[in-house]
Parts: sequence; C-alpha cells; structure tokens
Amino acid sequence: MPDRPECAPERTLDIAPASPPDVDLTEIEPGIGRDLVPLARTLPSAPAQVRRSDVDRWGRSEHFRALTRRAFDPVYKHWFRVEWEGFENLPEAGGALLVANHAGAIPPDAPSIMHGIEKDLGRPVYGLAENLFRALPVVGTLWSRSGGVAAHPDNAYRLLHDEQQLVLVFPEGTKATGKVYADRYRLRRFGRGGFVDIAMRAGVPVVPIAVMGAEETMPIVFKSSRLAKLLNLPYFPITANMLAFGPAGIVAYLPAKFRIRVLPPVHFDIAPNQERYSRSRVMEESERIRRMVQDALYDMLRKRRSVWFG
Amino acid sequence: MRALVTGLSTYWGGRVAQALEQRPDVEVVVGVDTKDPRTPLERTEFVRTDSSHSILSRIVRATQVDTIVHTHLVVDSTRATSRTLHEINVIGTMNLLAAAGAPASPVRKVVLKSSGLVYGANKADPYCFREEMQRSGPANTPVERSLLEVEAFVRDFADDNPHVDVSLLRFANVLGVDIDTPFTAALRRPVVPEILGFDSRLQFVHEDDVVSALMYAIDNDIPGVYNVGADGNLPWSEVCAIVGKRRLALPFVFTNLAVEPARLLRLWDLPPEAMDLLRFGRTIDNSRYKRAGFRYAYTTATTVEAFAQALRLAGTIGDSRPTYRYEREVEDFFRHSPAVVRPDPA
Repeated sequence: MPDRPECAPERTLDIAPASPPDVDLTEIEPGIGRDLVPLARTLPSAPAQVRRSDVDRWGRSEHFRALTRRAFDPVYKHWFRVEWEGFENLPEAGGALLVANHAGAIPPDAPSIMHGIEKDLGRPVYGLAENLFRALPVVGTLWSRSGGVAAHPDNAYRLLHDEQQLVLVFPEGTKATGKVYADRYRLRRFGRGGFVDIAMRAGVPVVPIAVMGAEETMPIVFKSSRLAKLLNLPYFPITANMLAFGPAGIVAYLPAKFRIRVLPPVHFDIAPNQERYSRSRVMEESERIRRMVQDALYDMLRKRRSVWFG
Repeated sequence: MRALVTGLSTYWGGRVAQALEQRPDVEVVVGVDTKDPRTPLERTEFVRTDSSHSILSRIVRATQVDTIVHTHLVVDSTRATSRTLHEINVIGTMNLLAAAGAPASPVRKVVLKSSGLVYGANKADPYCFREEMQRSGPANTPVERSLLEVEAFVRDFADDNPHVDVSLLRFANVLGVDIDTPFTAALRRPVVPEILGFDSRLQFVHEDDVVSALMYAIDNDIPGVYNVGADGNLPWSEVCAIVGKRRLALPFVFTNLAVEPARLLRLWDLPPEAMDLLRFGRTIDNSRYKRAGFRYAYTTATTVEAFAQALRLAGTIGDSRPTYRYEREVEDFFRHSPAVVRPDPA
C-alpha cells in the first residue's frame, strides 16, 4: 500500500519512513527469552478455522446480507418492481465509485441499488453513509453487517484502491432525503466534491446512477426543525405515509415504480495517489456528474406515464 | 549494548529484561521500578526509584547506558488513580527524556511502549488508523490525555536530539493469558459485558508479539512511530464466542453508570476507554511496522484462539504462574559475591 501523507499533523516524530533492513532480521522467535509460564505454546490453527462468523474487516457479513436479500427480494420485485437500464455499465471487476441521487425520508434507494447489484452482478456493494449510524444501537450494527461503512475519506480510499470494491455514495447526503415533496427530483449540491477527489486518488471510475421512484415512496409533507434539534437528528419529517397510515407510516413505503439507470462510467484522466488535486478540477467534475444524473432523471421523468406503474 | 529498562516489575519490563539478558551483545541490563521485580532475572541490576524516575539522570550518567526501553507507561487506568497515572506517565517520561537528552548523554536509542488509546474510539473514526492520523474526538479520559502528552514530549525530544533513534510503538489491546488488562480480566469471567445493540470490531495483539515488537525496535534502527496490532479485527461477539463466554448486555444509555455495580463487585473493571471500544471499536494499520521488517506470529483471530486455548488449559490445571519473590540479598549475592563462579565474559 503506498504511503499517503494525508492529514499529516504539523509535526511528526517520523524522521524517515523506515526502509526494510537489508538482512532479514525477522528471526526473532515469538516466545522470546524464557517464558514466564512453563506452558507449551502451540501456534494456533489457521485464522480461517478460528473464525466463527464471516464478518469482514468492515463489519459486513455475506451471510447476513444473504438473509436480508431474501427478506428484501419480494419488496424489490413486487412492491417497487425495480427495473434497471444500462446495467452493463457496472464494472464486473475492479473498484468503482457508484454515485446516485438520494430520496425518501428513510431512503429505499440504497437497499434497492445494493440488492440489484449484489443479486445480478454478484459483487458486494459497500454503502457509505453518515457516521450517525455508527452511534445508533442495533440499527448501526445491522447497517454495518449489511455493508454500511462510515463515510470517512480514508475508508472510501481503502475500499476503492486497496480492495477494488464497489462503493455506493450519495453525495447529496441528508440534504436530499430531507427535502420536501415539492422539490422532488431536483438534485441538491453534491457536497464539496469529495467523492471526485477520492475516486481520483484511488484511480477508479465514477459510475453515475439515476434513481426514479424513491421520491414518491415516502414524500415529506413538512419538517419540524424543532423536533429535529431536540432529537439530534438531521431532519424530522412528517411524511405522507404517516398521515395516511399513522405510526405504521414510519416503515410503510408507497408502491412507486422504481427505475434505475446506470450511466456510462466517468474516467478521470489523472494520476492516482497525488497529494492534492486541483479544487477547480474536482468541483468541475463533480458538477458535471451531478448534471449527468439530473439530465438522466429529467429524461426518465419525461418518459414516465404513471408514478405507480412507470 | 548497555540497556536500561523502566518498569522492571511490570510484565513487559520483566519480559524485555529477560530477553535482553539472553543476548551476548548486551553488556549491562539495568532495570528501574518502584516495586520489586516479579520475574526471575539473572544479571539485570535492579534499582528502586520513585514513580517519576527523578534519579534517572544519575543512573544514566553512572551506568552509561546507550539504550533506554520505556515500558513503564500505564495504559490500563484501572491500575492507578489519575494522579499516579499522571505522575508515572507524564512526569516519569519527562524525567526519562531529560536524562536521555542531557549534555554528553550516552543514550543513542529510546524505545517507548505507547498505546492505540491515543487514537480514541469515536463514531467519526476511520476504519483503520494510520500513524499520521489524528484522533477524531477529544481525549476525555486521564489515561488518554496523559499518553497524548507523553507523545508530545517524545516528539519534541526526537526533534531536539536527531542523534538519538526514537521508536514509539502504539500497541493494540494485548491478549494473553499472562497479562492482566481490562479485556483479559473480563474474558476470564463467566459472563462478559457488551453494550446492547453494539457489536464493535476489535483488534488484538498477542503478548509474545508485543515482546518481539519491542525487541525488534531495540535491535534495529527504525526511528519513528509505529502501530503494532495483529492483522484483522473481530466483532466482540465473535471474540466471546471463540473464548466460549456468554455475554451480558449493558444498556446503551448510562452505560458507565450501569457497569458501576459490576465494578464494585469486582466482576468487570472496564474503564470508560474500554467501554468506548465496545461501542465503536478500533483498528490500527500495522502496515508501516511490517514494511520496517517486523513479522507477526499471530493474527487477531489466532491471538484470540491462543488466549482461549490457554484459558481452557488454565481452567483444568489452575493458575500455573510461578510465584517468585525478589530477595535483594539473594540477588546481590548471585550477582556480586566473589564466591559465585561466573562464566568468563570473554
């Protein structure tokens, strides 16, 4: 793994990155010196035999994912009736940053995209989300087991560059899921373009994805900023679902038809692992990708005859 | 090599001194601590000091040591009050570095045993900390604050004394049947705590790997900061499963309050920084030390498995730790009496 002097403190003790010594000095045995305890130490069996679960280093468990996929499949097939366009634009190998628009008070677009790709492409998808999730009991653990990763630039870089995985990100963040129904399908700002920076650094393409349908599954009628502040949430929505179904509306989605269009990958013609990328270039690319997704959405909306039947 | 080991009566000090004694190229091993050594040593000279090592500069001048191994940083806050913690960690390190950096000091190498605690455990943390990364939240516990202060001293010292090789090793949580940490103590109990709804991923390092890592820094000229933690991480639930312990869930609010009765009953003594780990977990990137040539004997999974096996054995044959009591007269006799026939150093 290459050295990246990222977020270096002002002074570091590190005088020079240590070079491997010429002679292999690794002959030091593990039980160095005399053992304090006269017990025979046998080196334990291979780690794979020790493991009791398949939770990976990110907290994702394929076993758990398979269970949630089985539970979500009827919703995916019969409730949202997800249809994909341009599925062939998803890479079968190598890292890629999937960038999609975000919608719905509790957004159903992330599970739908992850479900479809894992089912039909057979590759795991890691979803980046706000670290708010990590602090939530139960939800945070389930989220992590199903492939959720805190949106830290270093996490994204490791997943994309070191592990060549598919990483899903919603650059609009909570600005998009917290918007009211009247603003539907109008993309918010794509953050500060951090996702472009990471993709450039990791040397992977960005695959823009436009999702149509999520906006209508749980439309926000109005928001209470006072309650949000009180509960320390990014927003506190009153959704149409809540008005229609009462408390059940917190989890009951309206059966809007989903269409997901995968746009051709955007490759950045730039060397990876640079210390810094030009701000203007990053913002320009970020805006270009936002434009692509927005145009695709307008195009899909022009062709949509019914919210419920597509 | 003439070596000085601080914290001789701690587990790490004892083991490092034992390892150094075995080396023919090590002429002298001097050990300092406030308490008597708890490990049998052959030729290490023990000097009792106060906790803040105030006579260290005299010892360094008198013994002309060229290597100092500072294992005496307290990283387990259940062992000391915050005042003694400050005294040992901050003031002790200050005096040690002052002794090492004195004019005409013979010291050419300082190796310190710090901890991954300097990174904290916070929801805004990256999955894996590299050495140059900063912690994402403020340090709230005395032990974390004192270690950060120590590291700041060490940085200054390294800047001011370019002729001294300073290696600072930050260790992940140590697991081993011979060492008492809040985690090993909790895992020895029939029930092990967890925080309801949280199953964080933890990284461990085997006690043997800790000693080899310290010895590796002593033997090689590798100045710098290095993380030392075994490969991979494991969810806490899986750690408990491998060790074969049931978990008892603590509420996710007022957790530290809820664990207080267990503390009083001496069931678990998990300090706040350990509770943070159960909530958010921590993994540190060990690749820099690997690039420097160090090889681990254990991964996190095999570390836990080795610990589980050792616990099972201890469960059958009982605690087999040899009891050793330091007797000054006896040790002096073997080291200095003309009656003892010592092998010729040549």
